[in-house]
Amino acid sequence: MRMTLADMYNTPDERNLLDTMKQGIIGKPLDRPEGPLKVTGTATYSAEYKLDGCVEGVLVLADIPQGTVSTIHRDDVVAMPGVLAVLADEAMVRRSTQGTSGKAPAQDVQTVDYFAQPVALVVAETFEQAREAALALKIEYEGAGNPVPFDPESADAEVETPSDSKPVKGGDLEQAMRDAAFAIDVDYDTPGHASAAMEPHATIAEWQDDRLILRGSYQMLAFNVKEIADCLSISPKKVRIIAPYVGGGFGSKLGITHEAVAAAIAAKELGRPVRVVMTRQQVFQTVMRRSETRQRVRLAADAAGKLIGLGHEALVSNLPDEDFAEPVTQATEFLYGGENRLLKVEVARICRMTAGSVRAPGEAVGMQVLEAAMDELAEKAGLDPVELRKRNLPAKVPVEGTPYSSRMLVEALEQGAAQLGWDRRKPSPCQTREGDWWIGMGVASAARVNVMIPAEARVTLNADGTALVETDQTDIGTGTYAILGQIAGEMLGLPISKVRVVLGDTSLPAGAGSGGSFGAISTGSAVMRACEAIRKKLGKKLGCEGDALEITDGMASHGEKQCSLIDLLDGEDMAEIGSIKPGKTFKDFSQASYGAFFAEVGVHAFTGEVRVRRMTGAFGFGRVLNAKTARSQCLGGMVWGIGSALTEELAFDMRDGHLVNHDLAEYHVPVHADVPALDVILLEERDAAASPLQAKGVGELGICGAAGAIANAVYNACGVRVRSFPLTLDKIIPHLPDPFVSPA
Amino acid sequence: MKAFALDHATSAQGAIHALQHGGTVIAGGTNLVDLMKLQIAAPDRVISIRRTELGEMALDGEGLRIGALVTNADCAADMRVREHWPLLAKAILAGASPQLRNRATTGGNLCQRTRCGYFYDTTQACNKRDPGAGCAARSGFNRIHAVLGTSDSCIATYPGDMAVAMLALDAVVLTEGPSGPREIPIAAFHRMPGDDPSRDNVLEAGELITAVRLPAPTGGIQLYRKVRDRASYAFALVSVAVDVTMDQGRIARCALAFGSLGTVPWRDPAVEQVLIGEEPSAALFAKAANVLLKDAKGLGANDFKIPLAARALAATLNEATQAGKA
Amino acid sequence: MGSSIAVAIVNGVPKPLPSDPRRTLLDWLREDLALTGTKKGCDHGQCGACTVLVEGRRINSCLSLAQLHESDTIETIESIGSADNLSALQKAFVTHDGFQCGYCTPGQICSAKAMMQELAEGWASAQTQDLTERPLPTPEELRERMSGNLCRCGAYSNIIAALEDVIASDASLQGAQA
Repeated sequence: MRMTLADMYNTPDERNLLDTMKQGIIGKPLDRPEGPLKVTGTATYSAEYKLDGCVEGVLVLADIPQGTVSTIHRDDVVAMPGVLAVLADEAMVRRSTQGTSGKAPAQDVQTVDYFAQPVALVVAETFEQAREAALALKIEYEGAGNPVPFDPESADAEVETPSDSKPVKGGDLEQAMRDAAFAIDVDYDTPGHASAAMEPHATIAEWQDDRLILRGSYQMLAFNVKEIADCLSISPKKVRIIAPYVGGGFGSKLGITHEAVAAAIAAKELGRPVRVVMTRQQVFQTVMRRSETRQRVRLAADAAGKLIGLGHEALVSNLPDEDFAEPVTQATEFLYGGENRLLKVEVARICRMTAGSVRAPGEAVGMQVLEAAMDELAEKAGLDPVELRKRNLPAKVPVEGTPYSSRMLVEALEQGAAQLGWDRRKPSPCQTREGDWWIGMGVASAARVNVMIPAEARVTLNADGTALVETDQTDIGTGTYAILGQIAGEMLGLPISKVRVVLGDTSLPAGAGSGGSFGAISTGSAVMRACEAIRKKLGKKLGCEGDALEITDGMASHGEKQCSLIDLLDGEDMAEIGSIKPGKTFKDFSQASYGAFFAEVGVHAFTGEVRVRRMTGAFGFGRVLNAKTARSQCLGGMVWGIGSALTEELAFDMRDGHLVNHDLAEYHVPVHADVPALDVILLEERDAAASPLQAKGVGELGICGAAGAIANAVYNACGVRVRSFPLTLDKIIPHLPDPFVSPA
Repeated sequence: MKAFALDHATSAQGAIHALQHGGTVIAGGTNLVDLMKLQIAAPDRVISIRRTELGEMALDGEGLRIGALVTNADCAADMRVREHWPLLAKAILAGASPQLRNRATTGGNLCQRTRCGYFYDTTQACNKRDPGAGCAARSGFNRIHAVLGTSDSCIATYPGDMAVAMLALDAVVLTEGPSGPREIPIAAFHRMPGDDPSRDNVLEAGELITAVRLPAPTGGIQLYRKVRDRASYAFALVSVAVDVTMDQGRIARCALAFGSLGTVPWRDPAVEQVLIGEEPSAALFAKAANVLLKDAKGLGANDFKIPLAARALAATLNEATQAGKA
Repeated sequence: MGSSIAVAIVNGVPKPLPSDPRRTLLDWLREDLALTGTKKGCDHGQCGACTVLVEGRRINSCLSLAQLHESDTIETIESIGSADNLSALQKAFVTHDGFQCGYCTPGQICSAKAMMQELAEGWASAQTQDLTERPLPTPEELRERMSGNLCRCGAYSNIIAALEDVIASDASLQGAQA
């Protein structure tokens, strides 16, 4: 029999069960269990399944920005060697699906919404045949009657307040700016970003009678099943998705996209499995972009440097009819004080590929700008930037008055400062020169909201004393295999070698999926609750409450009584499904993970090149579930911060909205040489409001503000304040001091 | 990639003979296969020269002869190059990635095509790819484009590093073709776009690069400074190759070449004349930069290359002349 | 041309080369030989995920036509170790968490293996100050030499830590003074 514990998370679970357990593996820096497969190339990614009779599809992209397909010259292409079909089905999708949508995105590829939108699929026996045929396919179009502009700053661009983004207003910001002892009113901009996960989007679609099986690269399978089913007008029950290994996501695989739907339709039509792998260029051009932003930040401080007013307004963009608008001010709402405030986001409707979630939507670009502006305020107020931040942490969230569930920002600032040697920082710029390099340091706070998504997981305690954890939760590099095993092992008193974790298959209970840093706390809590149910039954067998049961290395005990799990189970497996849903704790408390970044950079006195020399991040995100994989998440975020600060920028051509730098040669993600040895400090914390695990999300925290610390360090090094990310050298050299004059 | 026939030549002569019937030579393929996948290059016939004798390096009375098939990696690893022509090794090592350098060849790298985003995108107008189509880059996103040697037809740069060093080292490109062997000074090898950007260099139909010859070492201080958007594995925004010899505190001899600044690897003897015989100083470097950049024209997004080139020139000359004095 | 079928030696076994000259070394390995450990990340030599060793040297298999590899010796990730018998390099990647999603990982490992050989042979890099001396395996050298392998998860620090660990236990790489 299976039972489900009351799943809404309405009151903080203060029992802190994990800390009462005895196995001692939770939080430990254990190796990823799937590591040996990944380092030997034997973990199987979506395009790597060998299916009999599988044929190859290649997407064809529009070479106009807006209009309607009038003619597809199929015949010439169908006659080419190996070509099996040219599809432009009305169920094919024009746009990528936004995360957690659960519904089909805009369909029917007759209409072209943006440059390089997929409009057809060519299927052939081999990849080479399909690729050649796809490039040979001639398509004629009719232009759009009422074109949407390409530039968000264009006077013709319609600007709206997004439906799910209410402005935050409090007091009188204008008056606060007038009353302030120190005021900052600055405009910053950030460019579009690409997720650029290393594995391009790929799907193999196979029909077994009326059932569709997809091997695909997706992040949130329970939603993805509904999305694909909605696209094809079939029941979600008829769809199974298998994705045990996903080669990175970063938001780009939250929702299903072009290749998945096209592959499913083609497989149905041809009666054979069809594989569609997007080219790298297609991924760049069609999946998801992070919107560029223009942000105005107003900071009004009193003579002591305390904020009395805070304004953060952003203009972002998306295609018409898209719900998503980069939530730039998300963390500004709760991070600092200043009761007089105005926070708002507006979205300009433009004709470029779909804008959607890219790692840490909102904070990734909002925090770096807010934190750069805070640096400007610190300078104006004559305060150390660390001190300024510490003075501005409110007791409750401004305007709404919600208490914080937990917040280790002060500890992060202090420990990070000590680690980097912040006391050696010179308060004014251009004081340290090493050879041709100006050296400087910068700080920024980190903050990222904590989110929970409904999740289920099944845990089976096998009669042989091993445990099996099963859920459709994905591991996109996040460490899910490791942490779910550790949670189950800790709760059931088993060494990690006795716990097996199976993920990424929608025939299993629906986990949260990977995104928004919610996978670990949501699905992890479901695993914990399943284990709790098992403990309850075990306790009954031993004659005690579940909570009172002690289990270590498969040996259960209560007081004098002791019995091995194998004996307790007596030949019977014990399976339970645990589940959790976000409840009142998310309304009663402001929940976020916090941290601080400290960066030391060099700026070349002649060329303006910036190199990060050292960087420290200190982070508090509740319980650390695995110190190794959590640290890696933070490291990864900081690398993204380096990219966002220095190199990453989507360049759109304003004449047709096409993406000019649509490959990895010209869209510059950081390489090894851009990244110094990074320090990560994990602050132990417990947060009962965030989850029964006492853990909060960490997957995106490492990027949220990181680029601000680097920009601030650049200013401290060479005195150049660049209010336009990334800080490429062209923006720096006009303002550099004479390179031949060294500091006195 | 269009279907094509692949033939394997076993000698340079065999390759040249095969080329009489049309076709494109493949050596490492690091650029050609990239272009063929996008159908920017779509040859019917591809002739591999990998089995020919062109993979040798040899020192003789005239200098170092580097066979066309010598990989970039092998060239940069060669101790003769490292000791006597370090500029060439430095430039090669600043380019691409170790994997690409292991496959890319001397001859192929000389013929590397531009990285202009409009050349690389077959939905966009490009005179280099499609003569007469127009140039979408001129009024498009042209941050990486040339400020010297441009024309109304084309503003694309030659993107490589190796050839920039070779230009400063007075290398000679050795070829063989239907009308016999040729020795082409590298300064005359790459073509400015003019009104025919489709031809990047002066190679005639059926003509094959067999080697590059470096003349005797100069013994100068040799530096290659590549300025780019990330620390490695990126094309240059501007690069500077310097070979300078100091004598009693003055610049006795110097050679300077620039990459990603012009449409071709760029060398201007007038710049060197400004420097020779003078004591190095910030003012002198600025004077040299003014001569170099007097005709430079930006189109907005690439305007910064003009001050950047001046700054990179100053930084590199400063370092080289300091080292030369020591 | 001779009548014998052209082969390349892949992980020690002769394998007939594909008939379509368009097929890249990468697609041949992945599709015809089912050696999917070698990954396709960009297909244009811009990410390094497809790195394999040809005649002991690392190359981007995506930019090489399979038919150009007649008689070549090719080593892929599958030859470096197996899940129950990891090489020292692979173990170090696991211990130091030198990967997250795992997609760039086989390329990083193949690249690192060849990189160590290059170091042992004294090859210089853009980080090497004096080209006439044998380079030391400093972190800066390792980062420059590994820069042809992108990792979007950002595991770079851990990868370098793994390499330093392996290098520290390999006498041939300590001999940089030689």
